Amino acid sequence: MHRSKALYGVAGLVYLFLYLPLVVVVVFSFNDSKLNAEWVGFTWKWYEKLFNNREMLTAAANSVIIATASALIATVLGTFAGVALHRFRQKWLSTLVLGPIAMPDILIGVSLLLMFILFNVTLGTVSIILAHVSFCIGFVALAVQSRMAGMDQSLIEAARDLGATPWQGFCKITLPLLMPGIIAGAMMAFTLSIDDFVITFFTAGVGSSTLPLEIYSMVKIAVTPEVNAVSTLLMLLTLVLITALSRFAPNALRS
Amino acid sequence: MSRLERWSKALISLPPAAYLILFFAVPSLMMLLASFRYTGEYGGLAPWYYIEDGGITLDLTLENWARLFESTIYLNLLVKSLTYALATTLICVLMAYPVALMIAGAHKRHRDLLLLLVILPFWSNFLVRIYAWMIIFSPQGALTMAANKLTGLLGLEPISFMFSPIAVIVCLVYVHLPFMILPLYANLEKHDTRLLDAAQDLGANRRQRFWLITWPQSLPGIYAGAVLVFIPSLGIFAIPDLLGGTNGIMIGNVIKQQFVEARDWPFGSVLSLVLTAITVLLVLLAARFGQPKGAGNA
Repeated sequence: MHRSKALYGVAGLVYLFLYLPLVVVVVFSFNDSKLNAEWVGFTWKWYEKLFNNREMLTAAANSVIIATASALIATVLGTFAGVALHRFRQKWLSTLVLGPIAMPDILIGVSLLLMFILFNVTLGTVSIILAHVSFCIGFVALAVQSRMAGMDQSLIEAARDLGATPWQGFCKITLPLLMPGIIAGAMMAFTLSIDDFVITFFTAGVGSSTLPLEIYSMVKIAVTPEVNAVSTLLMLLTLVLITALSRFAPNALRS
Repeated sequence: MSRLERWSKALISLPPAAYLILFFAVPSLMMLLASFRYTGEYGGLAPWYYIEDGGITLDLTLENWARLFESTIYLNLLVKSLTYALATTLICVLMAYPVALMIAGAHKRHRDLLLLLVILPFWSNFLVRIYAWMIIFSPQGALTMAANKLTGLLGLEPISFMFSPIAVIVCLVYVHLPFMILPLYANLEKHDTRLLDAAQDLGANRRQRFWLITWPQSLPGIYAGAVLVFIPSLGIFAIPDLLGGTNGIMIGNVIKQQFVEARDWPFGSVLSLVLTAITVLLVLLAARFGQPKGAGNA
């Protein structure tokens, strides 16, 4: 294609726009000043403070527990859903599975809050997990479905011809072939859960804070450079997860 | 269909369907019912029926819906939120187009890297990205200082980016930009470049080639991206909360306020249902004009 120099210039500026804010956060996490205004000098002290912040550490542990549980449950249900979406093409099922992806988070959050309270479900770790699973299923299903679509059906037919039962065919052929999609879906679910703020905000109770909720209350009350430090660490974690994800399933990221 | 097949169909579809009916469909229906109920004595919801003299009396109302139209406050808020979301979408189109064009035109070896660079900031935590803009727009920050040196020289009032609609829209664009770039790229990548060559041979200049060939073909990609940008930006509450101040609030803030602070669930449900209706309408429109698979982009 014929591309002008101006195009590269403008596109470069957009990339700058995407990265500058993140660079600012990382740089200021090492700034020896309480204000996020000008550079004073290099320090590790915000990281030290962070690792002595009990609430922050509890919240981080909570986030990991919730994300692990949500990812596990969502992966099992999402794999079923992905297979069903590909095989049966039922419209009601795809509306149900993909609906939560299209809905604004706040609507999922408040409607679940409403239901949990009316059914006397105690808000806490369990209610957060229940909520996270419901929006993660769709993402896992999409990853699995796209893997199903790319699968060579003749392998299954060959297995059948050689006398495999449908169950054997599924366990020995389909499941192993689906594995990269399942793993990609699981990792996506984990990342989405650990990053989620809005739905967690509505479904969390007293004493079940997660890292994003901690960051929100810290930022809301008073800005301290500790937030820069935790943000930088979160970015690092995301980078590791993304690298792993692009390893396992290069196509999962732009499905 | 054989019996075995029917059984396996039910066995595979049932677990995820049951879960989502319980934790997605039922709560949505409860919200619909809640919008017709009275507010409880201590907030929350009053019962929706009474058992009196052996009979059941329904106790539902249209009051909450009437409140939406009683004053212009909520309609204005809705219009303002739609305007912010629309502005965000348009700016995203303007910024995404050159990037998507560049990636689509880049050498195959570089495409994956260029795409990954678009996705990476999107995967970093949502609050971290908002927080980054709080630093950039802070009154003591370099940007505000520089801007006010300029306004000082020109003899104008000092300006503040923090707690302004500009801050809200910039951050909305920042958070949602990848949602526009990805579907647009996916569309542009499939274009037949021979059309452009043919147009050039026939004497079309660069501008004509873009407006007559590339642009019309890319519209489905833009529709898909517009849904992915417009819907989430409409419902957002954290960005106006942290960057918008009192003038920058959107519909999401009022929904959150009704559920969490005012505990007026019936009216909160009314506002949520209005947002749901807009969402469903937009998804249906996009399914008609764009690629229905758009919603799956993430």
